[in-house]
Amino acid sequence: MLRARGVGKVFGEVTALEDVDLDVTEGEVVVVIGPSGSGKSTLVRCIDQLEQIDAGSIELDGELLGFRVDRGGVLRRLPARRTAPQRRRMGMVFQSFNLFAHLTVERNVWEAPVRSLGEPVSEARARARELLDRVGLGHKGEAYPVQLSGGQQQRVAIARALAMRPRLMLFDEPTSALDPELVGEVLAVMKSLAQERTTMIVVTHELQFAREVADRVVFMDAGRVVEQGPPDELFGRPQTERLQTFLHRFSAAS
Amino acid sequence: MSVQGPESPARSVVGATRATDGGTTVDARDSRPERRPLLWLAWVVLVLLVAQVVAFVLRSDRLELSVVGEYLFAEPILDGLVTTVVLTAVATVLGTALGALVCLARLSSLAPVRYLATAWIAVFRSVPPLVQLLFWFNLAYLVPVLSIGIPFGPSFGEWSANDVITPYTAAVVGLSLYNSPYSAEIIRSGLSAVPRGQLEAASSLGLPGRDTFFRIRLPQATRIILPPMGSQVISLLKGTSLVSVIAMTDLLGAAREVYTRTFEVVPLLIVAIVWYIVLVAALTAGQSWLERRFSRGY
Repeated sequence: MLRARGVGKVFGEVTALEDVDLDVTEGEVVVVIGPSGSGKSTLVRCIDQLEQIDAGSIELDGELLGFRVDRGGVLRRLPARRTAPQRRRMGMVFQSFNLFAHLTVERNVWEAPVRSLGEPVSEARARARELLDRVGLGHKGEAYPVQLSGGQQQRVAIARALAMRPRLMLFDEPTSALDPELVGEVLAVMKSLAQERTTMIVVTHELQFAREVADRVVFMDAGRVVEQGPPDELFGRPQTERLQTFLHRFSAAS
Repeated sequence: MSVQGPESPARSVVGATRATDGGTTVDARDSRPERRPLLWLAWVVLVLLVAQVVAFVLRSDRLELSVVGEYLFAEPILDGLVTTVVLTAVATVLGTALGALVCLARLSSLAPVRYLATAWIAVFRSVPPLVQLLFWFNLAYLVPVLSIGIPFGPSFGEWSANDVITPYTAAVVGLSLYNSPYSAEIIRSGLSAVPRGQLEAASSLGLPGRDTFFRIRLPQATRIILPPMGSQVISLLKGTSLVSVIAMTDLLGAAREVYTRTFEVVPLLIVAIVWYIVLVAALTAGQSWLERRFSRGY
């Protein structure tokens, strides 16, 4: 479904991604782990085209993301208005939630389906209520984001992304900004999505979650994919020294 | 880390112990406010000041409060008041609209458009409002004929500048132009203050640019724009008092017309002052209402 080849991204002097290949098939749950600054957030941000890639290519369902080949065979970057339809097919959940502060919770969920997909308001609202029920916040529809806890805000953010009926869900460290006792409620929602075979790429530091939920774990370091495989193998028999060090540091910390 | 040992503090359990001070139980409910001698002194000073002002007003025979009362609702004054209000409203609307355009031009991705906006702000912010009013009022000398058309090409309509530029149009043009760079900068600061994450969220949901701007960015920017915009409107209101130099009878102009006839200068200035205070109070009330409305969710 998703196919990234040789993806590179540079921020000034810093190389954030270098020659990254990634394939995700339908219904697969891919969890990306790695130390801070390893480029894992940049990778999902590039897939969602919040960042422009500097090298390589990313395809979603065979369609080139962010570029087109014109009649003369020249590769051209698409302007934002042309990439919007591509972004609508992916749902993004941010570390800092990014709920629209001036809109109620329910409006946060139905605004985009109405404006981006042209769904009728009544239909979009009904579905917003359904999705909020599903993440356990059906009673909070009229609240403003600031009135919710971090965990609740993140569950709304997941509902908001799901309202667009995305082909692929992207999670950028969804629990990193949460108090420890609120992490569980967000992971529970993500687990239930995984059980329904939602295609997901999850960037996280929650190794236990990776172990339980991932079909495949991708370990990144210094902007590259260092190792990937099923969680049992990756955590049980790490092949590279870098992964061994990473896992060792984690088990020592917890 | 271990906290066991002979010197480790006793483990405290809610309800098991109470904080004590030398054997007496201390309870916040028994407390009284701290003594504040300075507070009393401040009250005494305030009362004295007010008493002095009141005494001055009552005893002064030059204030002529009866004259103030006589002219406060007099027709020429009320006409001037209407002119002031209309000028403020028109210059606010035009100046803000112009400012919004200049702001968008400054944020444009097209460099020539950005340069034009920067130059606009530089020029119209540099020239004092009084000078602008005089300049636009005397425009007919510089440009006798105004025309709309293609630059260096045919024109679609021509008007004599002397007919177009009346005191009223000169005032509207001058005040609107003077207002526009301030509005532009206030709007720009508001738009730039909207957190990046909000725009990224809109972008990742594939919201069209127009909806991102009008439904996400602008409503959030408005909350930030309102307080300085309110101050700007208030200073514009006061700035309208300059138009009397180009023979417009605004609130101040009306008061001046009366006192040049009757020589009751101070009472008529007080009439104008009272009305300016009333107008600013009304604007302030409107601003508070708007601010409350746009701060939902914060």
